[in-house]
Amino acid sequence: MKTKKLSYARYGYIFSIPFVVAFCVFTLYPVIFTVALGFTDFKGLGATTFHFLADDPFKNFRAILTAPTFQTALKNTFIMWGMNFLPQILLALVLAAWFSGTLFKVKGQGFFKVVFYMPNIITAATIAILFGALFGYPMGPMNDLVTSLGLAKDPIFFFQNKWVAKGVVAFIQFWMWYGYTMIILISGILGMSPEWFEAAELDGATGWQKFFYITLPNLRTIIIYTLVTSLIGGLQMFDIPKLLVLNSGPDNATLTASVFIYNQAFSGSYMYNRASAASMIMFAIICVLSAIVFVLLQDKSEVQARKELKRAAKAARKGRGIGA
Amino acid sequence: MKKKVSKGFLAFVYVVCAILTVLSIMPFLIMVVNATRSTTQIQQHAISVIPSTYLLKNFQILTGKSFNPMRGFLNSLIISTGATACTVYFSSLTAYALVVYNWKLRQPFFTFIMAVMMIPSQVVSIGFYQFMYRIHMTNNFLALILPAVAAPTTVFFMRQFMLSSLPLEVVQSARVDGSGEFHTFNHIVLPILKPAIATQAIFSFVNSWNNLFLPLILLTRQEKYTMPIMVSLLKGDIYKTEYGAIYMGLTLTVLPLFVVYFLLSKYIIAGVALGSVKG
Repeated sequence: MKTKKLSYARYGYIFSIPFVVAFCVFTLYPVIFTVALGFTDFKGLGATTFHFLADDPFKNFRAILTAPTFQTALKNTFIMWGMNFLPQILLALVLAAWFSGTLFKVKGQGFFKVVFYMPNIITAATIAILFGALFGYPMGPMNDLVTSLGLAKDPIFFFQNKWVAKGVVAFIQFWMWYGYTMIILISGILGMSPEWFEAAELDGATGWQKFFYITLPNLRTIIIYTLVTSLIGGLQMFDIPKLLVLNSGPDNATLTASVFIYNQAFSGSYMYNRASAASMIMFAIICVLSAIVFVLLQDKSEVQARKELKRAAKAARKGRGIGA
Repeated sequence: MKKKVSKGFLAFVYVVCAILTVLSIMPFLIMVVNATRSTTQIQQHAISVIPSTYLLKNFQILTGKSFNPMRGFLNSLIISTGATACTVYFSSLTAYALVVYNWKLRQPFFTFIMAVMMIPSQVVSIGFYQFMYRIHMTNNFLALILPAVAAPTTVFFMRQFMLSSLPLEVVQSARVDGSGEFHTFNHIVLPILKPAIATQAIFSFVNSWNNLFLPLILLTRQEKYTMPIMVSLLKGDIYKTEYGAIYMGLTLTVLPLFVVYFLLSKYIIAGVALGSVKG
């Protein structure tokens, strides 16, 4: 019996081969290649040869870290991510509480979920250009609205203002993602034991109290998960800042790290070395941030598992006690 | 015991939902209506709910320049279909290896997959582009399809699904009947996985369809452009004053997604909700 089981084990290896090969060729090798390129003098369109910078290996990294445009790009990325994430998670929480609440039933929930989630599946490139057109100057739907409502006499050149440009990028991200976050949170709330809420109700807890003392603490893991995925996605923001305003707007207002990397490598003097160094810096930032949160998540589930084990042991002991 | 919610609060809830609904739909409504209006009409009043008669004219202006919606649609379809097929088949296979077989490296391999799930595709793009350039794979769709074989997130979901809904007795009894391991996977296990495969296929397809970054750096020849690259052309100088044509182009790229979304929205929403299990 045992030998037979062992003979099947090799299929575990065989069936994993395609994944491992594809990963090594298309992810691992490019990662190593990118790291290596960061230490070279490799640049120029169509160039294929490069030399390692033997006397000053970290030249590219230093150049990137001290470049004001990279610092701006990094700052912008975090600012625009924050401007989108805070309202996003707040609105998603409120909607999730309404849609999964026991006190009242929102009619047409299914419809609202479908509509709120919709922007998420539309091509981001399309949405960026659509919003660019909506905020068009001198003639665009937004200007049409503003002038016909009498809010402004003359059409406004929206994207000439740095903060409006940033705000629109953040708004689009918010608009595309709050529905997604809401659905994730709803399923998190629905996964909670209804008994907790019933017990709280018996104790006379109000809707708000239930939300703050039961729903929110138990959503902690899911909120952290949303935070990480949103952060990783947000740090790579490319399509919308690239296509909403040409050339990243006034003073590089909407320049993000990904757009910066793209510009370094695929325009101007095609500095693949600098772009690689910038990519690795971004990679490091993402790794550190995810690692921090990964540790947080790990602890939580472990603590919970230990708690459950204890509870089970207690119950078993009690059961035996009654039986005896 | 149940307390009543005040009518005012309930009204507030519906007002918020109604505003958000308008917010979701309005941009697309303006887009579709403006696609039927002439540039002059749009310049006079950029917002209108009444469609005009310039649909065909806008289409002609649009396609008279570099925008080729049919080409872009076909290219995107080829890449997305290929990538989706690779992702769901090989992810199922990998997950199967993780669930059904007892091998020494099983746990380390799973930990490894969890770890690489977070590797963002954009930060390796320079090395990837240079690699493809050297082996003459730029402007080759395979460069965008084959990497989909290794999709850690999909492996993760398929594994979760198998753990809960793949009875190992099925595999055992197939063995007794003399079915080979590979045959068992293809003919007995895959059909059981259908619901999970369908969900994962939708997301994989949409992701691939909407991807801009990698196609933008890899595909430099116009006849290879995907839909998102075609869309980015609308930002260029050639369409600068052709407002009607721009809205037309945008509408054409959104239309297939709308059709897919409203046919499958039930499954898509359910699929997103499933994602939270991960947390």
